Amino acid sequence: MIKESKADRLLKTMFYLCIGLFSVYCLVPFWSVIASSFTSEASLVKNGYMFWPSDFSLEAYKMIFKDNTIYRAYGVTTFVTVVGTVLSMIFTSAMAYTLSVKSVKYRNHLAFYIYFTMLFHGGLVASYLLISKYLDMKDTIWVLIIPGMISAWNMFLLRNFFASIDDSIAESAKIDGANDVYILFRIILPISLPALATIGLFYALGYWNKWFDAVLYINDKDLFPLQYLIQRIMNNLDYINQISSDISIPNFIAPAMTVRLATTVVTIGPIIFLYPFLQKYFVKGLMVGAVKG
Amino acid sequence: MRNNTVSLTGQTYPRNKPQGRIRGFLAELVKNKFLYLLALPAMIWFFVFAYLPMGGIIIAFQDFKAMKGIAGSEFVGLKNFQFFFQSGDWIKIVTNTVFLNVLFITFNTLAAVLIAIMITELGGKWFKKIAQSVMIFPHFLSWTVVAMFVMAFVATDGGFVNQILTMLGLPAVQLLSSPGYWPLILVLLKIWHGAGFGSIVYMATISGINPDIYESASIDGASRLQKIRYITLPLLKPTVILLTILAVGGIFNGDFGMIYAIIGRNPLLYPTTDVIDTYLFRAMMDLGDMSMSAAIGFMQSLVGFILVLTVNSIAKKVAPESAIF
Repeated sequence: MIKESKADRLLKTMFYLCIGLFSVYCLVPFWSVIASSFTSEASLVKNGYMFWPSDFSLEAYKMIFKDNTIYRAYGVTTFVTVVGTVLSMIFTSAMAYTLSVKSVKYRNHLAFYIYFTMLFHGGLVASYLLISKYLDMKDTIWVLIIPGMISAWNMFLLRNFFASIDDSIAESAKIDGANDVYILFRIILPISLPALATIGLFYALGYWNKWFDAVLYINDKDLFPLQYLIQRIMNNLDYINQISSDISIPNFIAPAMTVRLATTVVTIGPIIFLYPFLQKYFVKGLMVGAVKG
Repeated sequence: MRNNTVSLTGQTYPRNKPQGRIRGFLAELVKNKFLYLLALPAMIWFFVFAYLPMGGIIIAFQDFKAMKGIAGSEFVGLKNFQFFFQSGDWIKIVTNTVFLNVLFITFNTLAAVLIAIMITELGGKWFKKIAQSVMIFPHFLSWTVVAMFVMAFVATDGGFVNQILTMLGLPAVQLLSSPGYWPLILVLLKIWHGAGFGSIVYMATISGINPDIYESASIDGASRLQKIRYITLPLLKPTVILLTILAVGGIFNGDFGMIYAIIGRNPLLYPTTDVIDTYLFRAMMDLGDMSMSAAIGFMQSLVGFILVLTVNSIAKKVAPESAIF
């Protein structure tokens, strides 16, 4: 090993410093929002946002957990994420498998049929009219799942993965009399678990963070997903007035600011907890994408 | 992937013989019936949610009335396009879209490359791991949550920016009514949200570089900086070019999710932040002007399509292995 020169060590220290500072930059917003959400409304109004709760209070959390809006939003988001991801994975892998089998004569035509949708799209207006006027999916939970169910990009990623599996596995199963559906679900999918995990996580994250479809199609309060709830409470006071209406203290002023922050914290909570377990799949998936170009 | 006839989608174009085509087609369907059956639900889905809306483009050439529907509405030729171009808004929103995207692409790429290089040079394993996790994490939050975070910084009363300014004895700024600051704020947010995540691709590229090259450079007495300058950067170049080219293909697509969540409906900030996508959305939802919105969307799709084709042919020349199709 060659001993490091002074300049090299200096450079390395600088890198540590830069990475450290950028990490802090990434963390500061989380920290400040969490700290501010545990502060009393009065203190927050007086002192502004802070990095340490100056007057510790759980008032905002008590309020949002007393009202059932947040539970409902959680329910909607969980349902959409779980059911959506399962459906997405089934249809995506079925399509991807067909495109990966070399004996399918028209697979390139089919691939182009899908690929073209990545290049050209009909635009927001046409989709909006189709979904709200012609398919009549407004204010149903399915509008949060079905219109975004299949991603062409994920489908091709999975197709590339399936194509890398040795053909002889499927062929020998075929000789034993298995049909293609059986081969896909009983042989191909079980040996593709790492790839499925990555793509499933891409889908799940997409569903969890979905809010724009709710802006377009959801007016029913009971169907608001979490992210849309956040967007609503930032822009109007309906929710805050609603949850503070139960409290019958004269001159009670709803803790509007802290309730917003607390709702945000409650929304990102599960992601923060799951993140350490899920991170490696995302990184792996991106690496695959990088190699593939 | 360097063969021109095989692409990302793996398509090759076999030449069909005209005779017995239909019989051959049916025989193929029967032979692989289970496989075509597996593909069917997704095919139908793509037809409904991707191809039907393409047909909806005709709205752009109609005076669309919801009551009459697409079939009953009157055709007006290019009037909707004319109307949009006469309104004078288009220069502003197109400029904003392109300008913001250029800023985003430039600074995000720069930040991601820097992070990737620095991270790979670091030694400590746990520091590296934690730093990496922390830097990637913001990418997992939706922009609506980010918008909440932003408020803590930019709020006129009590936001961190103004707290710091006051502490330094400087006058407070009304960020929420000063459009001039927002391109900078949006770039900072974009870096916060995506640079760590974006660096993964570059880290993968760097980790694919043959370590022998670095070894022999060390033996020749190259410093750390020299190794970065003469080995890492040149080998990263193709990836940077490829990803930049791909990003340029979408330069007319404003980041709706980000801008609508953060700016929302604050007209005071429109001068620098209103992009094609947010303008179109408002024209559709607030004015109910389906036809003009469709016209704008159609032009955007068309220009995007041409741009992707152009960009791809450039990619083919610059880095043949990186062309998408």
